[in-house]
Amino acid sequence: MNQPVIEVKNLVKRFGHFTANDHLTFSVEKGEIFGFLGANGAGKTTAMRILCGLSSPTEGEAMVAGFNVKEQPEEVKRRIGYMSQKFSLFEDLTIWENMRFYSAIYGLSAKVFKERATRLLRDLTLYEERNRLVSTISLGWKQKLAFSVAILHEPSIVFLDEPTGGVDPITRRQFWEMIYEASSRGITVFVTTHYMDEAEYCHRVSIMVDGRIDALDTPGGLKKQFNAANMNDVFLALTR
Amino acid sequence: MRTILYLLQKEFLQVFRNKTMLPLIFVLPVVQLVVLVNAATMEMKNIRVTVVDEDLSSVSRQLVAKLDASLFFDLQSLAPNRTMAFDRLKKSESDVLLIIPPNTARNLERQQVAKVQIITDAINATQAQLGYSYLGNVLMDLSRHLQMERAEIPAGKQINVSSSFWFNPELNYRVYMLPGILVILVTIIGLFLSAMNLVREKEIGTSEQINVTPIRKYQFIIGKLVPFWIIGLVELALGLIVGKLLYQIPMVGNLAVLFAFGGIYLVAILGLGLLLSTITNTQQQVMLLSFFFMLIFVMMSGVFTSVDNMPLWAQWVNKGNPLYYFMNVMRMVLLKGAGFRALAPEFTAITIYALISVPLAILNYRKTS
Amino acid sequence: MNRFWAFVKKEFYHIFRDYRTMLILFAMPVAQVLIFGFVISMEVKDARIAILDKSKDEVTRDITGRLLSSGYFKAGGYLDSEKEIGDAFNFDRVKMVVVFEPDFSQHLNKDGHGAIQLIADAADANTARLLTTYCEGILAGYQQEINQSQLSAAKLLVPEVRMFYNESLDDVFMSIPGIMAMILLLVSAMMTSISITREKEFGSMEVLLISPLKPFQIIIGKVAPYVGLALINAISIILMGYFVFHMPVKGSVVLLLFECLLFTILALSLGIFISTIAKNQMVAMFISMFGLMLPTILLSGFIFPIENMPLPLQILSQIMPPKWFIVIVKKVMLKGVGLAYVWKETLIIIGYIVFFVTVSVKKFKIRLE
Repeated sequence: MNQPVIEVKNLVKRFGHFTANDHLTFSVEKGEIFGFLGANGAGKTTAMRILCGLSSPTEGEAMVAGFNVKEQPEEVKRRIGYMSQKFSLFEDLTIWENMRFYSAIYGLSAKVFKERATRLLRDLTLYEERNRLVSTISLGWKQKLAFSVAILHEPSIVFLDEPTGGVDPITRRQFWEMIYEASSRGITVFVTTHYMDEAEYCHRVSIMVDGRIDALDTPGGLKKQFNAANMNDVFLALTR
Repeated sequence: MRTILYLLQKEFLQVFRNKTMLPLIFVLPVVQLVVLVNAATMEMKNIRVTVVDEDLSSVSRQLVAKLDASLFFDLQSLAPNRTMAFDRLKKSESDVLLIIPPNTARNLERQQVAKVQIITDAINATQAQLGYSYLGNVLMDLSRHLQMERAEIPAGKQINVSSSFWFNPELNYRVYMLPGILVILVTIIGLFLSAMNLVREKEIGTSEQINVTPIRKYQFIIGKLVPFWIIGLVELALGLIVGKLLYQIPMVGNLAVLFAFGGIYLVAILGLGLLLSTITNTQQQVMLLSFFFMLIFVMMSGVFTSVDNMPLWAQWVNKGNPLYYFMNVMRMVLLKGAGFRALAPEFTAITIYALISVPLAILNYRKTS
Repeated sequence: MNRFWAFVKKEFYHIFRDYRTMLILFAMPVAQVLIFGFVISMEVKDARIAILDKSKDEVTRDITGRLLSSGYFKAGGYLDSEKEIGDAFNFDRVKMVVVFEPDFSQHLNKDGHGAIQLIADAADANTARLLTTYCEGILAGYQQEINQSQLSAAKLLVPEVRMFYNESLDDVFMSIPGIMAMILLLVSAMMTSISITREKEFGSMEVLLISPLKPFQIIIGKVAPYVGLALINAISIILMGYFVFHMPVKGSVVLLLFECLLFTILALSLGIFISTIAKNQMVAMFISMFGLMLPTILLSGFIFPIENMPLPLQILSQIMPPKWFIVIVKKVMLKGVGLAYVWKETLIIIGYIVFFVTVSVKKFKIRLE
């Protein structure tokens, strides 16, 4: 573990009088699985959108993959993958067509695309289904597919915004296996979640309350600090 | 370049896979074209007349017979009294009442002049005026006829007026309405499809997924606009073919001129659609906004009513109306055979339009908020 | 019931907080009334004509002066030979060329007749017809004047004309009911069909359906705000007509508003019906935009009189709901009649409402099962 791939200093985002992110400061290292927790409306998605270059910060600085998100958002975008809360693959295209489309946007050659897509779909056991319309597959498969699409171009960081919302426990477990696999290949994973058991899987966890980061440590460290048996209690202690 | 090709491929796949939209895009406009061109006639015929004959003389009978013989009038009934006749006017069962008062024939005999009453439902002002002048002609004719019966009158000096109608000798309104309606349809396709498609992606969230990729704005926009550009031109060709086959619309000029203009025009319109999509968040908003502009553009373009009759300031406002230019070009190329040289003002204007709307849309399109 | 009101309130907030949509909803009728009142005119005014005078004598100059000072025409150039006519149409964009035969006055005075040829640009057939008619009228007047002595002779049937309901022959009287129909219909049908389809598309309809609210309450809650908006639109059109164009409301205002309300409900039920057949907002937009805009403009008789259309279209126009509303509005506003004269049309509108609501409910139920 060496140089940080995400470095955030005093990041502020205001919408009118409302402060969504209040002086956030943290950093994430390469290959790390970084859990970004908080109650609804705590400002997680806003911060994540800034890091992805979808929204500009009001104040402060954020470096992602070595580039300033405010000044060079397009350079940042080249090096990240993103999976939003809303499922956002094209329902009226097939699995294969969706993958080809995104690979073209990231400028992958036809050969590389074919190799990677085949490998990713084989891993998912979806290869035989590749010509099915995305609208016809189940939510669990959709989420796993969306993740595969997000790492198709081998980004250095992948941002996941509540990736396992509404899926069954088995799929969630499989999803986290995919996250670990990606992390082991050196891809940094930045993930928001509401499931406290998932927080335990992260290398480090930050907890946001009202736009501020109130705690940041390893799950073990947090439990010790708040004298709690599990992450659920940590979360409750902070957000009460 | 390869990226753009894949973007295009994706858009086309989506368009052609959509089994509900496809017929709507191609069949509905053509059906409208075929049916609606027949509606737009200003030709006056069948003005419905009710006569109240209170005189019951040979003169009044001659007048009724003349009306009955006229092509312009649909002599509906002879009402027994004025009250009933007025009632017909009120119920819109009649457009004109002709009241021949008692003693008309006698007055004509004794005083040489007699009055008849014409009462017109003037809500439709144009029709009222024409109806009145046709009726006046019938009366004039009858007067002359009665005079001739009585005495010889010397033939006066006569100005013989002959009219000829160039480019459309039979005054077939279909050949001039069809290009006009086609312009409207092509514009709706271009403006609404592009604007709604982009806002739709915003609404379902796929556009955010695209904004987080390193795609260039121009790549994305070209990928989005080219399919609709092609669909618009296909629609134009389809409309012309249908017009030719069904209504034998003349194609005097060079179709290349028409399609060249259509190409630039669609770029301008698609740019406008894109611009509207950048300032709205829901499909409902963008639809209402496009509809607002569309209605103004259509009404002022001269499809239905002549632009020359508009006040000068409105003609200036029309300089910002893309439909106005396309309408001119369509009619001038198809019916009059105008070429690039004659249409230079239109080409210049629409090119400027495109050069403003597209860059403005690109500038206004934000990947980052 | 409380729950229902809370839901209606929420829908109201939804729409009224969207200031852009509100702005357009209110600007639309204003813009349309102004366009029809001040811009669009069926009357010929200052049409550009070219003169080809092969005689160049006193009489032809006199006639030319008469034409150009009539207010209908203005000079768009003087030509020297027939060869220039084509260019006059294409480049100078004149609408008509008046050709005097050589030695016109000599022929007129010696032989008793002189010839004038009118060559109109019939690419716009309706305008061409009007221009030649007007010109012939002016020439006939001139001829009558030079023959004055003979024509004052005996036996004249003199028409006494009264233009009812629209004495100043104002075009806008014809358009305002049409604008009202178009805006009420399109805004209500489009907005509701899209907003209900949107809920369907994003699955929020299901959430509402499992709530304790009954399905019809949900639908009513969704459309209630539009009833309010549409009525405000109708009232603003009536007020603009009254204050800007002095269009009277001769009949009962209560009756008029009641009919507006009925028509709005018809438009909303049509919107609901569209939302039951449309899969997504694009389709809903296409059906309501394409299916309603042009047919409403063209077939409901507010620009082009229905009586002049070919029979099949006349029959088709009977099916158009706005046609009946326009008839009602004209009768109540301009003729000042009461329900006794419009009960038939009113029943037709109610019939449509019953039809659309029944079909929608059936479709809705099928989907739920």
